[in-house]
Amino acid sequence: MEKERINHMEYLPGMEVLNSTVMDEVISAMEQYDDSNYTAQDVQNALAADTRSPQHFAALLSPAALPFLEQMAQKAQWETRRHFGNSVYLFTPLYIANYCENYCIYCGFNSHNKIRRARLTAEEMKREMQAIAKTGLQEILILTGESRSMSNVEYIGEACKIARRYFKNVGLEVYPMNTEEYAYLRKCGADFVTVFQETYNADKYETLHLEGHKRIFPYRINAQERALLGGMRGVGFAALLGLADFRKDAFATGMHAYLLQRKYPHAEISFSCPRLRPIINNDKINPKDVHEAQLLQIITAYRLFMPFANITISTRERAEFRNNVIGMAATKISAGVSTGVGSHEEEIVDKGDAQFEIADSRSVQEVYQAVKERGLQPVMNDYVYV
Amino acid sequence: MKGVFETMNSNGNKQDTWSLGGHTFTSRFILGSGKYSVNLIKAAVEFAEAQIITLAVRRANTQGEDNILDYIPEGVTLLPNTSGARNAEEAVRIARLARAMGCGEFVKIEIIKDSKYLLPDNYETIKATEILAKEGFIVMPYMYPDLNVARSLVDAGAACVMPLGAPIGSNKGLATKAFIQILVDEISLPIIVDAGIGRPSQACEAMEMGVTAIMANTAIATAGNIPQMAGAFRNAIAAGRGAYLSGLGRVLEGGASPSSPLTGFLKDEGEN
Repeated sequence: MEKERINHMEYLPGMEVLNSTVMDEVISAMEQYDDSNYTAQDVQNALAADTRSPQHFAALLSPAALPFLEQMAQKAQWETRRHFGNSVYLFTPLYIANYCENYCIYCGFNSHNKIRRARLTAEEMKREMQAIAKTGLQEILILTGESRSMSNVEYIGEACKIARRYFKNVGLEVYPMNTEEYAYLRKCGADFVTVFQETYNADKYETLHLEGHKRIFPYRINAQERALLGGMRGVGFAALLGLADFRKDAFATGMHAYLLQRKYPHAEISFSCPRLRPIINNDKINPKDVHEAQLLQIITAYRLFMPFANITISTRERAEFRNNVIGMAATKISAGVSTGVGSHEEEIVDKGDAQFEIADSRSVQEVYQAVKERGLQPVMNDYVYV
Repeated sequence: MKGVFETMNSNGNKQDTWSLGGHTFTSRFILGSGKYSVNLIKAAVEFAEAQIITLAVRRANTQGEDNILDYIPEGVTLLPNTSGARNAEEAVRIARLARAMGCGEFVKIEIIKDSKYLLPDNYETIKATEILAKEGFIVMPYMYPDLNVARSLVDAGAACVMPLGAPIGSNKGLATKAFIQILVDEISLPIIVDAGIGRPSQACEAMEMGVTAIMANTAIATAGNIPQMAGAFRNAIAAGRGAYLSGLGRVLEGGASPSSPLTGFLKDEGEN
């Protein structure tokens, strides 16, 4: 008998409800988006435009734009150079815990997957961060699995306080929380919050996120707005490409960022562009119809739509793809990546299992050199904390 | 002629100089240092013959392999900027940090709380100018060209006024030309066009209008040959300056001057 699951559209007790129309606007725009409506002429108009509207963005994401991928790449490179010059920002993620209370069927951390669970102590976090800082990196992204009980807000706050001692930029990729909790983490030293919406298709979302707080679709989609209300400098957006109709998901991701930037003009916007990857105990997971060409189409469409946004290119992609996308459209690249818990410091190696398989395991120094060899300037920091 | 003083050089010839906070410069080209590969900065400065180079304090790493400060040639005046500041308070703190780092007394105020267009916040800029000028900084405020704001900046103790020609990085040139001209005409401090200048011809045009100097970054940093473009800007700025000093000839708006004047019918009736 099928287990009865909670209503994914109903907030749970304790979840803050924002008086905001952003979610409805995003969903409505996505539902109206029919990617078969666009022609080569629409794509050419979008490419020729000086500033690009959501309709231009829609055209650039459509199948009609795929034959124009080279032109999109050329234009994206021009926009990237204009806004960021030669700069490419380096950072690394640090998984401080992998306990999770959600059941997302595609994720290696999901609560039903039999993996080794771990969380770093304050002392271990300090040693890990010291080891990372020694590589020259000045930006860190702190991640946890989504478990409020095993990685509570105070625990994440502690990680931010330690990180602030060693890094100039501290990003968070943790479970969505309320405005006052984001405000607390901001005080502890966090600068950015990234939340992957995974898919903006609520019906599909419901079938993929079977248990846990993550199942509540509207609470997740409003996380970036709560983070901004909590005082964060910037917010990151992503759909996990391959879960649902990737063109609609990419369109919704862009619209989500666009609408929030209009509402909060100071917000620094960033995009991540993850595709599905195999996980421990399930090597059959793959990004389906999102091949490298489609992925590049999405990345360049983000760049052309929001030329000022940071775009991060994931270690899910192979080194050659990443090398070519930086400077063209992406502006941030992770280096020295491990998606297991800890493992940057010798004695903490391999404490907990990894979230997904990575395709680019180059060290910070190797990525640094690769960036320079492309005539680009690796930048460790672009922020002064005052 | 604002900010311009004629001095003698060692050969006894007149030199076209200008000054900021008691420092005299001959170059009218201020170079930005962002957006480059750091190893190209030195060549850009040399080909530009720039005497002032901006430096984002947030980029002035004290660690890491490529410290931008190591690539700036000696003898060039550092102009730290407060990019990243979203209000006067943050700008003031960044300026103080720059001074503590040994970057000197100059500071370019950039206060931006709009991540899309990167337009300066004039109100917060006036506030920061007032505080920093009182603390002895040579304050160079980046602003949206507005005469009232420019007057307030003068009163607040600014050393110059830096109106934008167009949004940062847009390379759109003098989109605000008419308003910059008003500042040139009305403000008795150096006017330095900052942001938007995308081509040497646009820099030349601004200099012809009588602005004191040009600040450019993206146009050079994104050029195919950076040193060559830096040199092209240097020449264009010199040409525009020369044209301004020599007095531009008249430009007829409505076509050629008619050989039969419209007032030729008037009869000379002599004086009563």
